Amino acid sequence: MSDLTAFREKARAWVEANSPEFLRGKASDPKAWAAGGRKASFTYPESRDWLLAAAARGFSVPTWPEQYGGAGLARDEALVLQEEIARLALPMPLTGFGYSMIGPTLLDHGTEAQKAEHLPKIARGEIRWCQGYSEPNAGSDLASLATSAVRDGDFYVINGQKVWTSGADEADWIFMLVRTDPDVKKQRGITFILVDMESPGVEVRPIRLISGASPFCETFFHNVRAPVHQVIGDVNSGWTVAKALLGHERTSIGGMGRGGARTSLPDLARDYVGVDEEGRIDDPALRERVTQCEMDAMSYGLTVKRHGDGLEAGHKPGPESSMFKYYGTELNMRREELMLSIRGPQALGWEGEGFEPAELNQTRTWLRSRANSIEGGTSEIQLNIIAKRVLGLPD
Amino acid sequence: MAALVLTAPQDMLARTAAELISKHGGVDRQRQLRDAGDELAYSPEVWAEMADLGWLGIPFAEEHGGLGMGMAETVLITEAMGRGLAPEPFVSAVVFAGGLIADAGAAEQRTAWLPQLIDGEKRLAPALLEAGSRYGLDRVETRAQPNGAGWSLSGEKVQVVGGVGADGFLIAARTEGGDDGLTLFLVPATADGLEVVAQKRVDSRNSAIVRLNDVQVGAGSVLGDVCGGLEPLGRAVDRATVAVCGEMLGVMTEAFERTIEYLKSRRQFGVLIGTFQALKHRAAKMFIEIELSRSTVMAAARALDASDADAALQVSNAKARCSDALILVTNEALQMHGGIGMTDEHDIGLFIKRARALEFAFGDAAFHRQRFAALRGF
Repeated sequence: MSDLTAFREKARAWVEANSPEFLRGKASDPKAWAAGGRKASFTYPESRDWLLAAAARGFSVPTWPEQYGGAGLARDEALVLQEEIARLALPMPLTGFGYSMIGPTLLDHGTEAQKAEHLPKIARGEIRWCQGYSEPNAGSDLASLATSAVRDGDFYVINGQKVWTSGADEADWIFMLVRTDPDVKKQRGITFILVDMESPGVEVRPIRLISGASPFCETFFHNVRAPVHQVIGDVNSGWTVAKALLGHERTSIGGMGRGGARTSLPDLARDYVGVDEEGRIDDPALRERVTQCEMDAMSYGLTVKRHGDGLEAGHKPGPESSMFKYYGTELNMRREELMLSIRGPQALGWEGEGFEPAELNQTRTWLRSRANSIEGGTSEIQLNIIAKRVLGLPD
Repeated sequence: MAALVLTAPQDMLARTAAELISKHGGVDRQRQLRDAGDELAYSPEVWAEMADLGWLGIPFAEEHGGLGMGMAETVLITEAMGRGLAPEPFVSAVVFAGGLIADAGAAEQRTAWLPQLIDGEKRLAPALLEAGSRYGLDRVETRAQPNGAGWSLSGEKVQVVGGVGADGFLIAARTEGGDDGLTLFLVPATADGLEVVAQKRVDSRNSAIVRLNDVQVGAGSVLGDVCGGLEPLGRAVDRATVAVCGEMLGVMTEAFERTIEYLKSRRQFGVLIGTFQALKHRAAKMFIEIELSRSTVMAAARALDASDADAALQVSNAKARCSDALILVTNEALQMHGGIGMTDEHDIGLFIKRARALEFAFGDAAFHRQRFAALRGF
């Protein structure tokens, strides 16, 4: 038996013994997802049980080293664990920016003290993080950000405004970019710093979106004091750290283009459109669109796998995250559009009678998906990055 | 599924293949062969060197003198050939015809043909297409009538790739009505009543009409079972399709890289045209399509090698993806080259011509999307 097969048996036994029955089948129910934090509220108490059980075994952050609360799994073992969790259609035990973004960034760029302080709290779901990158006048041109940090003894004093801070109203800490030197080329005067959201002078206002939800906030900083030891990397080298973190973000957003345990497009189309005498979707034009979308998802999944296999074989990581971000999000948006087409007028529900819960959810997820090609660097920015860094086209 | 990454020996094979193709002149050789107008349309000395290197035996078992490798290696050869537009009939003679004999042939048929095929001494051509048959494997009008202990064949095959100069043909003929009425025959080129007429195609490759006028063949020329031709033919076509996808990958990669170089050297309005965002974004999208294509080709080759249950699905996914990507890339390549790309003197036209032939080989993107949906049952 190969090591991986042996690990799969162990992982399967562990998942079956430790996952709450109630959560099985709820992988795509956002109410079942746990992001943790001091203000954590669990719609289902089982989500809390699942998080705690996973954290006790290091499986909330499976690839992190054991001393920081992980299980020290290799990438292929972590994939096996993920497959075993997906096999029972369970949600991942822990989601959120701590797990997907600042954690990996601290592992790469943090000091020993910073890792020891923050990583175990993320792993146990005790602290929830949000991201302070974009500003009202620094969107695609992120490096022109203006929120300032001025040194005062052992502290930086921060003033300015961040926008699109996902979950800032529920987060405990923020990782953010601040301007520490206004007199050099814009990328060279940026510092990456961690700030406790309970610090005096932090104010959060949720933004209502076209989907009706308020997952994003505006976050204001008035003379907020953050200790200098909360700087990650060197002062004025924040752009390098930020780019690495954006790579993690793009991979995480781009990941939504993959199949997984989601609604089957062919099944949905058969349901809403009906089938012809040969059992095919009874609308040739729609069938062609479903086919194209399924094939695109398959090709994308294979490309993600090929990239991962390459890393495993020792290839150096390149700017591929831009390709995955671009294609994964465009694919997800196309999929959402196609699901609207399949449901037809039944996709128009906002709330109340006459619509199934799945149909009401569809309307919202479609509207939410329109942000996919904007957040984490627009599609146009990703194409610019590929043209410059991969193809070497001139500025 | 196997890892989508080249092993060290595979990487070495890919490099050796690229070196061989460029050593013989790369794309210039295709231009010279076209201008010479020779009906053989490929270089016998390159074919002989491919045989010396063992490549004509890549997919065959060692007991027949082959290298015992698989599709994962085969696509590395075809990709290198695609990059240099090398016109040797590797896919038709080795992957398709040789593979079909290895798969469905009787022991004496394998012994009679495979060692000579691997040595490069004899060459077979599969005769698949008929006028109007498009991509349906069972759309065959050529007839096989029982005649004593053997058969009498009549019909006309068109666009038989590698048909000029072939020593024998693999011919599908209808023996009874319906899907199961297809029988495969191995017919020597010297058979009475068999006529080979060279055809000229847009890609200047070796292509022929094969006319069969009451060609008499013995019972021993049946490949596989009488009326049992469709299944082995389908398997051979899937392997050949993936080999063609490898070539498509080579053609699109080379056309793309030449175009990127052009964007970095051509000046208009006082600047390099590669600075224009309208072109940059289209170039980046082409890059992504090529990356996706590469993943599908590697996956399909490995799925066939492992006889995976979803191998046919992977093959159709790869052929549809490569067809769309290749047409996008070669059309954009010509557009980005501007007027110079329309001249015969410039090489980019050779790529766009080959691209169309590859697109229609074994089914275009629309055909393979239909097949994908049918295999998935929706």
